[in-house]
Order: sequence, then structure tokens, then C-alpha cells
Amino acid sequence: MHVSGGIHGDALPPAQPAEVKKTGPAMEMATAHPSSAARRDDQALARVFSAYTICSVAWLLFATFIGIVLAYKFGAPDFGSGAWLTFGRLRPIHTNATFYGWASIALVGLAYYIAVRSCRTTLYSTRLAWVGLWLFNLAAIAGTIALDLGYSAGDLEYREWPWPIRLIFLAALGVTAWNLVATVARRTTDDIYLSNWYTMGGVLWTCIIAIVAILPWYQYGLGQVSVSGFYMHNAVGMWFTPLALGMFYYALPKLLNRPIYSYALGVFAFWTNLVFYPIIGAHHFLFSPLPWWLQTTAIVFSVAMLVPVLGGSANFLLTMRGRFGELRHSYPLAFILVGVIGYLVGSTQGTVEAFRSLQAVWHLTNFTVGHSHLTMYGFVTFAIWGGVYALLPAATDKYPGQIGLALHFWPALVGSFIYVISLSIGGTIQGLDWVRELPFIQSVVDMQPFYVWRGVGGSLMFLSHFAFAWNVWRMTFGHSARPMALVAAAEEAA
Amino acid sequence: MNKLLLIAGGSTLVYGGIAILMGVLPGITLSQTPAGPGVKPLTAIEAEGRAVYVANGCSYCHTQQVRPLSQDKVFGRPSAPGDFAYQTPELLGSERTGPDLTNVGARQPSPVWQYIHLYNPRAVVPASIMPSFSWMFDVVDKAPAGVTPVPLPKAYAPAHGVVVPKREAQALLAYLLSLKQAPLPTAQAAAAPSGQPMAATGKPAHAPAVAAAPAGSAYDAAKGEQLFSANCSACHQATGEGVPEAFPPLKGNAAVNDADPTQHIRTVLYGLENVVVGGVKYESPMPEFGSMLSDDDIANIIDYERSSWGNHGKPVTAQQVAAERAKGK
Repeated sequence: MHVSGGIHGDALPPAQPAEVKKTGPAMEMATAHPSSAARRDDQALARVFSAYTICSVAWLLFATFIGIVLAYKFGAPDFGSGAWLTFGRLRPIHTNATFYGWASIALVGLAYYIAVRSCRTTLYSTRLAWVGLWLFNLAAIAGTIALDLGYSAGDLEYREWPWPIRLIFLAALGVTAWNLVATVARRTTDDIYLSNWYTMGGVLWTCIIAIVAILPWYQYGLGQVSVSGFYMHNAVGMWFTPLALGMFYYALPKLLNRPIYSYALGVFAFWTNLVFYPIIGAHHFLFSPLPWWLQTTAIVFSVAMLVPVLGGSANFLLTMRGRFGELRHSYPLAFILVGVIGYLVGSTQGTVEAFRSLQAVWHLTNFTVGHSHLTMYGFVTFAIWGGVYALLPAATDKYPGQIGLALHFWPALVGSFIYVISLSIGGTIQGLDWVRELPFIQSVVDMQPFYVWRGVGGSLMFLSHFAFAWNVWRMTFGHSARPMALVAAAEEAA
Repeated sequence: MNKLLLIAGGSTLVYGGIAILMGVLPGITLSQTPAGPGVKPLTAIEAEGRAVYVANGCSYCHTQQVRPLSQDKVFGRPSAPGDFAYQTPELLGSERTGPDLTNVGARQPSPVWQYIHLYNPRAVVPASIMPSFSWMFDVVDKAPAGVTPVPLPKAYAPAHGVVVPKREAQALLAYLLSLKQAPLPTAQAAAAPSGQPMAATGKPAHAPAVAAAPAGSAYDAAKGEQLFSANCSACHQATGEGVPEAFPPLKGNAAVNDADPTQHIRTVLYGLENVVVGGVKYESPMPEFGSMLSDDDIANIIDYERSSWGNHGKPVTAQQVAAERAKGK
């Protein structure tokens, strides 16, 4: 089955390279709108996309700076003492700023652009997009301040913010959902391209997750533990995963100027992901007093997750088949390839980790921290970068330079390798120390060299983000640089 | 429009259903888990301390869940569903950068140790990477009446004045000392909590009180040192010199060097409080290790203490420990 396009493939721009080549975006729009209005809409969309990306860059720099401070504290625990700089307050600031500031805002910006382009329409409401951006930022700023002042709802992963602040985030999600769905509703294409399934779904489902997390009536004692398991897993996997996958389904065909390998496989992965993923949250609490059946169900479906993960990854890799040589010229493609491999490896690792026999060693160790960075960084963050580099120039007609891209890609890649490998080895040693029933402090001492390596990897990652910031500057405020060959082709196809 | 409704609406409906099934319904059922026998709500100051614990993110490094795995038995008995009845927000945690604290009030009941450790963990545990919480303490010229200053080792004490805990530290201490597992009724202790299989490794976590130690195994120096490091060195230090005014030295300690080991054995088995060693009175309570360690382990620790740091006490055997255990407290 090497013919692609699948059942819905006939409807969409990424699926029709031949036709798209003939008609550029300007010509296409010109048939529907007066050209000045079309240009105005394009500019408004470019401004929205740029603003979301710029805000997310600021959050990435902030969140990873806090990450560096935290990493340093593992070797110098007396550094930065005092209530506002204590580890336990900065730790949730790092994770929440990454979560709500960086990844959420960047992915929503991408989702808007993809919705408009793949539906061959205009944004339903530019104003709502701006309101959403303000709300996302307001929530993240208020949350950061609250946590630093010691106002925490509990040390509950990704829902430490006091509930009124989480309501602001929910409002931002609501506005985004409304705007995205309404944009897709006014599409001029007959079909809804697969990317929008994932992005609309991600935003709508996350509204539900956020509500489930906020309502207090079923969250006492052990009841809250079960909700924590559900929430902390779904908040990542039903939010970032669908938005990043939706972006792959759009950007990859764009960059390669060829349709996705199998549209039907993408649809299949969509529904299986939807049904399997929400069930596996309790695998974060294996061996806890949660009911054993809940833990076992989570393990079973963690294995079932291999179906959408392998299906999705294979689809992306097969779309790239025979074209890997283009990686030499195209950093956007390289970022996306790393993102796809991060998705494949990180998710498969998640399945393996869920087995009781392995969880008995790895649970509660730094292996988990390695895993979360493999997925949030190796998959989600690289995916966002690939998407931004592939699509933002198409929106603004401004391009980053090859050197800037190289200075971003290589330190980020090497840094994340060092980070994940050191914590995976260190975490395994830590877990084996416990199994061998050595005095606990031995596991602290044995982790020291791996904490240092983590800091080395983290520093490279952090430094690379300055190159990213510089590149985003060039793609938004800078002058147009000479476009790279491959992006130019994609641009033309847009 | 129909396609949009099917994709966005249909998937959201499916997801909403699963969210209720996997998130809300288990939440409702489990929220009604009754408190286990002996599990009590916190007092006002303990609850205040718990809020300090939450605000400063202690759970990012310390779990409060003992798994039914043999490596977790040092932290107490496996956690049971009834243990969490009064624990909202839940503090089970996901990382064990530092040790589990489920039962820390029993494992480390000394307020003096807790205060020194909070002020600067490295004052008592040199390899610790825990942050210092010195900002929860005041440095004053003279402690107010009725307040005992924290007896910090010289290297960690401020140059002038004495250190006294603020309200935050007092509340946190009260909370930490309240973290004691209620014993399970014996029938239940023998089985796993809520009928869970013991461990995937197939190695059952044995209940803490291991009375039936195999008799007559000889002193194992490596084992003794390891057990000492895990259970004793936080106070008495790896040097055996203790912490001046806080924890008595074992080096040159009369009871440790006494040819009659009775007092030494009974101290480890049953703990001690308000003891005078070398003319200095130590108020800090020592926990009892009889319920946590086997006779063999205790004999190993005692023999390690009797043969280290220039001590030359007569070694003891597990049978002697068993004999003292049989006599009762």
C-alpha cells in the first residue's frame, strides 16, 4: 500500500502537491476575497502566530533558566537559600512554566495557523486569539508568582496553582476551543484535514481535563490520588501529544511536498489514542494503595498504547521514506525527525516503564525525570521547533539563517542526549541501590556524578534556546534573509 | 458541519465518558475510604505544619507512600488505603530524592535532630543535598524564656547569637513528628493491605518485627557498618562522636565499652531519653529499634559500635539480644 492519500486524501492541500504547486496561496485567496482584504487577513494571522511564538520563547527561556538553577542546587544545596529560591518552590515553577507558558502557548499558535491554512479560510476571530494569548500569559504569570510566594494547591503535578488561576487557564482554553472550532466550521474545503482533528480534539479534551482537576467533590485522600494519576497523565498526553501530532500531519507533508503516507492510519491512530490513553494514568501509582485492578488496567492499556504510537510514528517515518537526504539541507525537517523519534522512543519507554517488574526498580528514581524530559523535550519541544521553523517563515516571509539554526539544533540535540542518558543510568543505579537495601544516603551519593552530567546537558539545552530566540526574532521582526531551498519550496506550496 | 460535529463533538463525548469512568468515578468511590484503625486527623498546629510542607514543595523529593516491596520496609509497613483518610491534598509524591517520610515521626522522633537538620541538613548528614531551611529560624542574642535554642554544631552555627525556631519551623516539626504509621491489626499485617499481592519481585516485604532470627550467625562487619550508617549515624555520626550537646558520642561511651552489654542492648531495643553521658545531659529521645530490626541486625550494629573508633567492648550475639527482647521493656 504505497499509494498515499487514503480515504480523505483528495480534499487537502498537503495531500495534493501537484495541484498546490500550480496555485499559490495568493492566487487561491484572490478567488475568494479582494486581494487587499486577503493580504490583511494574512498579516493578522502572521501577527497572531508571531505573538504566540514570541511569548512562548520568553517562557521557554524563563522555565529553562529555573531548570538550570534547580540542576545546580543538586550539587550546591546551599546556593540560593531563602524562601523564594528554595528548591521546592522553584521546582513546580519550572514544570508549570514549561507546561503552561512554553508548550501550551507555542502549540496553540501553531494550531491556529494550521487551521486557517489547511481549511483555506481565515481566522474566525483575531480578537479572540489575542484574548486567549493574554489569558494564557496572565495565568502563567499569576501561577508563577503564587507558587513563589508559597501559595500552592498541593504538590500535585501540573495543578499546583491555586484554583482561581487554573480557572484563568480554563478560560484561555475555552476561548481557544471556540475560535479553533469556529475557524474549522468556516472552511472552504469539504473535508476536515486530519491535523485539525488532533488540534481541536486536544483543546476540547483538555477543557474536560481541567474541569475534572478543579472540581473538589471527589478529591479527598485516596480519591485525590486517583484523580492525580488521571490528571497528570492526561494533561500531558491529551494536550501536548495531539497538538504536536496534528502539527506533524501538516508540517511534514508541507516540508516534503508530498502527502502523508497513510491518511487512514492517521485516523486510526487518532481514535485508538483517544480511547487507550485516558485509561493509563494510574501507572504513576503502581504499588500504591490505589485499587490493584486500577493499576493493572493502567498497565494493560499502557501496552495497548503501542498501537497508536507505532502507527503514528511509522506513518511519519514512511512519509519521509527515501527523502532522508534532505535532512542535510533542512533543519526544520531535522527538528521534526527528532520530534518523531522522541515520540516513538519516549512513548515506547513509557510502556516498558509501566511493567511492575521494571517499575519496582525505576519508580521514584531519576529515571522518571529522564523519561519526562525525553518526552517533553525530545518529542514535544523538538516538534514545536520543527513546526515553528517550517511554518512561521511561511506566515511572515522572513527566514532564519543556517548558522542560527545549527546553533540551535546541535546543542539542543547533544544536550538532551546527555541529559536523558545520564539520568537514565543514574536513576537505574539509584533504584538498584534501594533494591540492594543499602543505606538510603548511598543512593544520594551515587547520583552525584549523574547530577553533574545532567547539569552539563541542561546547560547546552539552555544555551541553544538563545539561538532559538534569535531565530524567532529574525522570523518576525528581522529582515528577510535568503530563504533556504527547502523552506522556499514549502513556502511556495503554502 | 456534520463532519465537524462527528469529529470534534464525537471525540469529546467519548473522552468525557472515559474521564468520568477513569477520573471522576474512582475519585468518588475512593474519597469515601474510611480511616484505618488508629488513623487520626491532624491537630491544628500539625495541620499548619502540613501547609508549610506543601508550600515549600517537600513532596518533590520526599514520598509518603510505602510500597509493598522489600526495599521499602525501612520506611515502615506498606501503606494501606485507610492511612490517607485525612490527607488532602495528597502528598504521595513521585520522587524519592530524599527518603520516604510516611513514618518519620517514629523513625526520627528527636525534635533536636529535626531542628538541626532543617536548619542545615549537612550539620547532621554530611552527604545530604537537602536545602537548608534556615529562614524558618531566628538568630537572637538570647533565647526567650522557655525556648531552648537549637544546639547547632559550631561549624554550622551563626557567629553570634543563638538559633531559635520560628512559628513555621515549630509547626513543620509538629507535622513531621505526627507522621507515624498506625499499626495494622495483626491479621491484616500478615496479609498485604487490601489483599494486594506483596511484590512483583516475588520477595515478600516482611513485617517489621522479625522475632524469629536465625540463631547464631556470626558478626558481619560490613553488614554492621551498613546498618549503622542507615539507622544510627544521622545522630551519632559516622565518626561515633555524636553532636555536642545534642547527641551523645559512642566513641569511648561507658555503656558501649561495658563488659556487660545489657544496657547497650536494651538502649538499642527500646530507645532512651534524658540520658546523662560523660556528665552531659541529652534530652533528645532515641527511637526504639526493636520493632524495626531483627535480633541479628541489632547484634551486628552493637558489635560494630563495640569494635569501632577505638572502642573495645565485648561482642554480643543475636541470642543475647533475643534474651533481652524476651524480657520486655
